[in-house]
Amino acid sequence: MRSLRTWGPGLLLVSPSILLIGFFVYGLIGWSVNISTTNSNSRFERVAGAAQDAHIGFSNYSTLFGSPDFILSLKHLGILAAVYIVGSMFFGMLWALLLEKGVRAEGLFRSVYLFPMAVSMFASGVVWNWLLNSDTGKTATGLNQLFDMVGLGFLKSHWWVSSPTWGIAAIAMPAIWQLSGYIMALFLAGFRGIPGDLREAARIDGASEFQLYRHVLFPQLSPIALSALIILGHMSLKMFDIIMAISGEKNVYTSVPMVTMWTLTGQQDFARAAAVAIILLVLVALLVVPYLVHNSRQEKNA
Amino acid sequence: MTTATIPAPAPTELHRKVKKTPRSQAVRTVKYALLILFLLVVLIPAYVLVVSSFKSFGEALSPNRWSLPSSLSTDGWSAAWTELSPALGRTLLIAIPGAVISSMLGAMNGFVLSRWRFPGANVIFTLMLFGMFIPYQAVMVPLLEFLPMTGLGRGVPQLLAVHVVYGIPICTLIFRNYYQTTVPMELIEAGRVDGAGLLRTFRSLILPLSLPGFVVTMIWEFTSIWNDYLFAVFLSSKDNGPVILGLANLAGSQIVPYNEVMAGALIVTAPTLLVYIVLGRWFVGGLMAGAVKS
Repeated sequence: MRSLRTWGPGLLLVSPSILLIGFFVYGLIGWSVNISTTNSNSRFERVAGAAQDAHIGFSNYSTLFGSPDFILSLKHLGILAAVYIVGSMFFGMLWALLLEKGVRAEGLFRSVYLFPMAVSMFASGVVWNWLLNSDTGKTATGLNQLFDMVGLGFLKSHWWVSSPTWGIAAIAMPAIWQLSGYIMALFLAGFRGIPGDLREAARIDGASEFQLYRHVLFPQLSPIALSALIILGHMSLKMFDIIMAISGEKNVYTSVPMVTMWTLTGQQDFARAAAVAIILLVLVALLVVPYLVHNSRQEKNA
Repeated sequence: MTTATIPAPAPTELHRKVKKTPRSQAVRTVKYALLILFLLVVLIPAYVLVVSSFKSFGEALSPNRWSLPSSLSTDGWSAAWTELSPALGRTLLIAIPGAVISSMLGAMNGFVLSRWRFPGANVIFTLMLFGMFIPYQAVMVPLLEFLPMTGLGRGVPQLLAVHVVYGIPICTLIFRNYYQTTVPMELIEAGRVDGAGLLRTFRSLILPLSLPGFVVTMIWEFTSIWNDYLFAVFLSSKDNGPVILGLANLAGSQIVPYNEVMAGALIVTAPTLLVYIVLGRWFVGGLMAGAVKS
């Protein structure tokens, strides 16, 4: 057992960060929970009401879950997340498969597929706002106009205004555009990390290319697929910039909890804004905490 | 592989002799056709941005926005520049110190948590990592209340503080993985035998080896701070905040012509895109580290 004198200075060096994270992450989350159980619902109510910031239990949460608007925004979030995750995994995997054996000008393809990741989500949302113009008639612009020009008119869509429930799926397009390259990079690194001997051995054993991928290569990639799912999952739950840039905040077609939270903050309904944020935090935690614990356990065993 | 970029294919794959059957030729053709098709699709938004930004105000009114500009005009660019340039300096004032300070803290944490461990170091590390996944909205309402109490000015000082703090987890992760793979435990032990304490070990043994780690974390932090919209919109305004809010203002206005908006989006995107083009391989290093596992 090493003595305190050995490890003490280490702990000391990390302590500023521990204190900062302790306060700004865990402390403020606690503070948010606290606010979310008060009646701090608007400046006007607070001025008028006698009991300022009284604790009212979890009634802000029950109000939210009782509100059809909030339920719709949760539905939107589910649809958006599902399309986003499936789409990004599909294109990321496909591009990695196309590239993994090495092609001419691989660097070019890789750099272009990955470049949207370096672009601010809000700035790309500005372009996608125009690309996803909902007009499909003669005056169509954006992608619809492009489809007409290249003879793919049947692909035209009203995008996110096509349906109050399902239209949100169109918002996943820019997100898929942005993230697929990242997923490609993860899988490509994964493919390249598999020793070449493994492929050779499988081929000598008479495996077809399909069998090689199915039984030898893909199983090796499952830890990467898990990481990719976690990354996409938590990013999809937190999507905010793109929606603000494409459809703006007060749009029922694309309402998601994170945008609702912004609107509530603007209305000084801090209690409900905090409640929405905490609900989202719980969703993210359900996804991420098991993964972090799993990783930390694995490391201990390694 | 913290700072590693994507490796090349295994030599056995590159030089494998595949019989040139008609079928393998067809597969090859389809593969390249798909690669090029996707390349073009990914570039569509970039095309729209560039083409639109060089149209004149007059041409910006024409219905066909996919066509190339009939003559190169910088109307949009100069108008957008006038609107956005005051905020560019402010954005740099947040992004550069933010990246440097988070990286320094990350290096110290990463070193201790991997090579100078204390009891419970793993638990502390996992608790820190959680901070990088949380939706920041979960701390936003208290931040709005707390930050004014600190005496930090609205805009640049508050945003800098916030970005430094929330940048700590990812920088710690990157450096921890980096030291785990590049600094052998024996080196630390040898230093200890020679009587080197923590600070001396860090300064004279670790820091000189840390440049690749710093490049990755600084690029990562610079890019994410530059591109941040969430903290910016909650904690600052167009007049004291980063350039992204200037763009939001342009884009949200009904009267601003779209050549100006697109030029504005390009101005906002240019610095991070430049970093990506020049230092792409280090950018990928940060992305890989974001996947948590080393």
